[in-house]
Amino acid sequence: MRPLFVTGLCVASALGAGLESSFGALRGGRSGLRPNDFEPFPHPTWIGRVDGLESAPIAGALARFDCRNNRLARLALAQDGFEDAVARARERHGAERIAVLLGTTTSGILETELAYRRGAEVEALLAARDYAATHGMFSLTEFVRARLALEGPAATVSNACASSAKVFAQAARLIEAGICDAAVVGGVDSLCLTTLYGFRSLELLSATPCRPCDERRDGISIGEAGGFALLEKEPGAQGAIALLGYGESSDGYHMSSPQPEGAGALLAMSDALARAGAQPREIDYVNLHGTGTPANDRAEDAALFALFGDATPASSTKGWTGHTLGAAGIVEAAISVLCLERGFLPGTLNTGRPDPALRTHVVLESEQRPLRRVLSNSFGFGGNNCSLLFGRPG
Amino acid sequence: MRVYLHGVGVIGPGLEGWLACREVLAGRAPWTETALRVPVPAMLPVTERRRCNAASRVALAAAEDALAAGDWAAAGLATVFASADGDGAVTHALCQSFAAREPDVSPTQFHNSVHNAPAGYWGIATRSGRPSTSLAADRDSFAAGLFEAALQATLDPGPVLLVAFDLPLPHPLALMRPRRHGLAVALLLGREPRGAALAALALRLERGAAASPLPPALEALADNPAARALPLLALLARGEQGDVRLGAVGARQLAARCER
Repeated sequence: MRPLFVTGLCVASALGAGLESSFGALRGGRSGLRPNDFEPFPHPTWIGRVDGLESAPIAGALARFDCRNNRLARLALAQDGFEDAVARARERHGAERIAVLLGTTTSGILETELAYRRGAEVEALLAARDYAATHGMFSLTEFVRARLALEGPAATVSNACASSAKVFAQAARLIEAGICDAAVVGGVDSLCLTTLYGFRSLELLSATPCRPCDERRDGISIGEAGGFALLEKEPGAQGAIALLGYGESSDGYHMSSPQPEGAGALLAMSDALARAGAQPREIDYVNLHGTGTPANDRAEDAALFALFGDATPASSTKGWTGHTLGAAGIVEAAISVLCLERGFLPGTLNTGRPDPALRTHVVLESEQRPLRRVLSNSFGFGGNNCSLLFGRPG
Repeated sequence: MRVYLHGVGVIGPGLEGWLACREVLAGRAPWTETALRVPVPAMLPVTERRRCNAASRVALAAAEDALAAGDWAAAGLATVFASADGDGAVTHALCQSFAAREPDVSPTQFHNSVHNAPAGYWGIATRSGRPSTSLAADRDSFAAGLFEAALQATLDPGPVLLVAFDLPLPHPLALMRPRRHGLAVALLLGREPRGAALAALALRLERGAAASPLPPALEALADNPAARALPLLALLARGEQGDVRLGAVGARQLAARCER
C-alpha cells in the first residue's frame, strides 16, 4: 500500500495529557496505574485513570455531548497541537475530504450505569439524557466531527479491543479509493462498571498492576485513554513516520478467548507485513497486545514465534497505561510513532520473571535504539485482530 | 463505487426472509404489523445457540437468508456488521445488575455486550479467518455499513457480506431511544458480476438531499436504522431500476443507482 503519513498525533491517558507526558513516563519507567479509586468495587484491582474529568463538563454549543467518554476525547484533542493540525488540513483538502473514524467499546455508558444505581430516579435521569449524543456508539464520532468541523465519511468502529486499530485500515481504504485525502482516526474508552465487573466475571482482572508475559501474570489492569491521529498522503512538517501496512483477521474460535495457537493473530501480522512489502527481519520492534492474561500472552507468543522466531524484540506497554480496551489501538500506535521518532524501545513494566514457556524475545528493560519499522498488535473479543505497521517509508 | 449485489436477506416483523416477503416489499401484498419472531440460526453450534444474544440471532438469520440462494463459502466472506445500538437487552441486564447491592455479572452476558458480538458468533459458526468490521453511525448505520462494505468489495477481490440490524430497547432504556420493531437486513456484495447478480449498485456521496422515504406500508419500521435499506429493497423486489438515498455518510447522503 501507499504509505500514509502521520501528520498530527495526540493522546491522553493515565500517563498524563500529551505526547511529552507519555514519553516522559515511558522513559522514566513510571506507571500510570493506581489502586482502584474510581467507583466502589468489591474486588481489589489497579486502574489507569485520567485525573480531572469529573470536574470538567462539556459546556456551550456541544453541551449535549457531555459524558466522561467525550470529556476524555476533548482532553486528548486539546493536546499536541492536534486541532491546529486538523484545521490546516481542512484548509488544504476541504472538510468533505477528511474522514472521521473512531473506535470505542462502551462510549458514554457510565452515566447510564450510574442512573440505574439511583433506583427509582432512573426513569427521570434517563429521560433527560440525549441518548445519541452520550450513550450511543456514534456519540464519540459525532462529538469529534462537530468539534473539528469535518464533513467527510464518519463512523464509529466497535470491534472490542481492536477498535481503534481497525480505523487505520478503514482510513487507508478511503484514501486509496480516492474518496478522501486525509482522515482523523483514533478512539476513546473510559472507565465504567461494565468493564470492571465484566472482566472480573471472566476472571481476567488482576489484583496487582498487570504483568504482561510474566510467569505469574494473572490478568489485566483496566485503563482509560483517548488519542487521535491525522493521516495524509503527503508528509507534513511533523510527520516522517507513516502507516506502512495493516492487517485484519478473525479467529473464528471463541467469544472471549484467543485461538490458542494464535492463528488469527498470525494472519493479521502477516497481512500487515505483506501490504507493506516488508519481511519479518525488517521489523525492529513489536508492541504486543500483551494484556497480561495467561491466554492472550501465550497465543500472541505462539503467533509471534511462528513469524519472527526469537529474533525480534517485543514488549507490552500495558504496565504503563493499563489495558485501555477500545483505545488500546490508538494509544499503542502513538507509542509506536514516538518510539520510532525518538529511537526508544520500551521494556515491559512490572514484569520481573518472564514466563519460560514463552519463546519470543520479550524485552524487559527499555533501551535507546534506532528503530525503522514497528509493528503494533491489537486483538479483541469476538476473535477480532488488527496489526499496524509504522515506520519511515523507503 | 460500483458493486454487484449477489444476495439479499431480511428478518423483521412479518418479513421472514427475502423470498417470502418480496411481494410485501414491492407493495403488491399487505404488511401486517406483528411481533418479530427471533429465529435460531441453524449455522451456530448448539452450545453457542444457547449463549447467543437476540441481536446476534437476528443478524445471523439475515445473513443466512442472504446466502440461501447462492453456493457461497461463508468462511471466505469478509463481513461488515452495522448497528446503532447493538443489544439493548444485554445493556439493560448489565446495568440492572449494577443497581444490586452485590452486582453479579455473568461472563456470557459480558461478552455478549460487545458491539461486535454478532461478528464473533458469525466467526465461530463459519470458522472464518476473514476480516470483520462492526460499526455504528446512529440512524445512518446502514449507510455507513454499506459504504464500508462496498469500499472493501471494490478494493479486494473477495465478496463482502453486510448485515445491518437493530432491536427495540427495553424499558427504561427505551425512554432515551424508543423503537417499535427489530429488523435485520443483509446484502452480499462483490466487484465481479459472477453468475446472475440481482443488480449492480453505483454508489456516490451527494450533497443536500434527505434519505428516501420508506414504502408507506412499512412506516412502522421507520425508527429502526436498518429500515433505511427498505427503499432499496423495494426497488429490487419490484425488479425496477432507479435511484435511492440510503442515509448520511458524514455530511452527505449515500445515493445508490440500482441497475438491473
